[in-house]
Amino acid sequence: MSEHEYKPSSKFGKWFNDRLPLLTLANHLTDYPTPKNLNYWWTFGGILTFCLITQIITGLILAMHYVAHADLAFGSVEHIMRNVNYGWLIRYVHANGASMFFLAVYIHIFRSLYYGSYKSPREMIWILGMIIYVLMMAAAFMGYVLPWGQMSFWGATVITNLFSAIPLVGESVVTWLWGGYSVDNPTLTRFFSLHYLIPFLILGLVGLHIWALHVPGNNNPIGIDLKKPSKDTVPFHPYIVIKDLFALLIFLIIFALFVFYSPNILGHADNYIEANPMVTPAHIVPEWYLLPFYAILRSVPDKLLGVIAMFSAIFVLIILPWLDTSKVRSTIFRPLYKQFYWFLIADVLILGYVGAMPAEGIYLLVARIGTAYYFIHFLVILPILGRMEKPLEIPTSITDPVLGGSVQQSFAKTDKEKI
Amino acid sequence: MTDTKKPKRRDFLLTVTAATGAVGVGAAAWPLIDQMNPDASVKALASTEVDVSSVEPGQSITVLWRGKPVFIKRRTEEEINKARSVDVKDLKHPEKDEDRAKNPEWLVMLGVCTHLGCVPLSDKGEYGGWFCPCHGSHYDTSGRIRKGPAPTNMEVPKYEFLNSDTIKIG
Repeated sequence: MSEHEYKPSSKFGKWFNDRLPLLTLANHLTDYPTPKNLNYWWTFGGILTFCLITQIITGLILAMHYVAHADLAFGSVEHIMRNVNYGWLIRYVHANGASMFFLAVYIHIFRSLYYGSYKSPREMIWILGMIIYVLMMAAAFMGYVLPWGQMSFWGATVITNLFSAIPLVGESVVTWLWGGYSVDNPTLTRFFSLHYLIPFLILGLVGLHIWALHVPGNNNPIGIDLKKPSKDTVPFHPYIVIKDLFALLIFLIIFALFVFYSPNILGHADNYIEANPMVTPAHIVPEWYLLPFYAILRSVPDKLLGVIAMFSAIFVLIILPWLDTSKVRSTIFRPLYKQFYWFLIADVLILGYVGAMPAEGIYLLVARIGTAYYFIHFLVILPILGRMEKPLEIPTSITDPVLGGSVQQSFAKTDKEKI
Repeated sequence: MTDTKKPKRRDFLLTVTAATGAVGVGAAAWPLIDQMNPDASVKALASTEVDVSSVEPGQSITVLWRGKPVFIKRRTEEEINKARSVDVKDLKHPEKDEDRAKNPEWLVMLGVCTHLGCVPLSDKGEYGGWFCPCHGSHYDTSGRIRKGPAPTNMEVPKYEFLNSDTIKIG
């Protein structure tokens, strides 16, 4: 909370605020001191909030017209596309909105990885973020099942069958998830129910995520602790609000390009064929945002170990704050880590590519190497690197290296040269 | 001070109350969990009868049972020999063909890959049986896993010949 006590100016405002301190909260949010050097990679928090609200509103509307029944779902989606006023627009925004949501969340996560935003004292922000990310994947997966096309049906079959790898109780768990002996109407109706629930869980977790953020305050591109408020900070409003809005507008242009010019490019043509339990499509692929994990799953020849590898790939992210032993946050001052960071990005992109390809020959080999490197990065390189690497010297303030006039000026200058 | 370790009347009451409460919460939660298991209408569709009189040797038909495809394959002499000549010790999931197909001409099994549940394609793969397009599992002419990520052979459901033309599955 801000250093000073907030006092509403009007008498009613004071009366209200004494009973429910909403105005104090609003004042905290507008005055909230933010590092003045935040770059555009920091605008994705706002973009993600926008994405979540867009998905909730368009989803709420789609649920008014959609019918969650195995015999009617596919037809009701076409009904939305053809008969409902602006139904095509609302559905395309919702479907592409999921992809845009993941695009933004991946940038947000990799920003955090680059600038060390997951490190002490921000571990809780990171863990809450990872829980949100897992819930997003669950929501996206169940949402993809609802149109009841071929990819919906077989995607649901493959993903729910992952749980059959659990020793002893696996089969019972899968039957329980399905509500039958295969993916069928009971599966569809429960997925619809949960798909409706999860965004509100995410909304609550986003509240906690922001709350946890406002305790230590924002990290920043040079990753140093700031005195707040000081000459290194600016108030959230109007400075950050305007910057976030500008970034959101750019993001919306890209979003609109997808919605209006190639609304199906991120989907799969097979999902315009109604679900058929007798025929599996020749080549099952999940949505693009799950491909790296799918590649990891397929790279292991054993069923149980493949499933364990896939879930571990997410788990190593959750415990990342304790795997990275370096105290230096920003990659700007970590010359060795900077290289491994880009290796990791390349590795994840390659895994995503091979995840979309058939699991054979060269693709399988690449997937295995990529999977091995993914785990080596988190479990071997990061713990060792933190102890070995000699970081560059870090300035003690954002402002001083630029404006001068401080005792740190001398080494701040040399830092600038190195950067 | 040593007496403080000894459980008192209060501690006993607390433990008993907490234990009773836990049982109560568990009992209340069970209906909420069990409602997701297969309901009576799903269980009612437990068996299906299939007329196989028109299936010629080498042909196979696929029928739906409990929402899952069942392969009914009338095998040729060559396919039977191929399945029976394999040394069971070489298999990932050792099962004799004699145990899988009581009547060697007829192979009845769930057309569901044991890896992640896709429907394998017939007359494909390196062993002349089935091939799963999803993650590349190869099955032989007895539906046994020979290569790929699937852990077990395709499952043989409970079935019986009601007469020479009719199979009852389930």
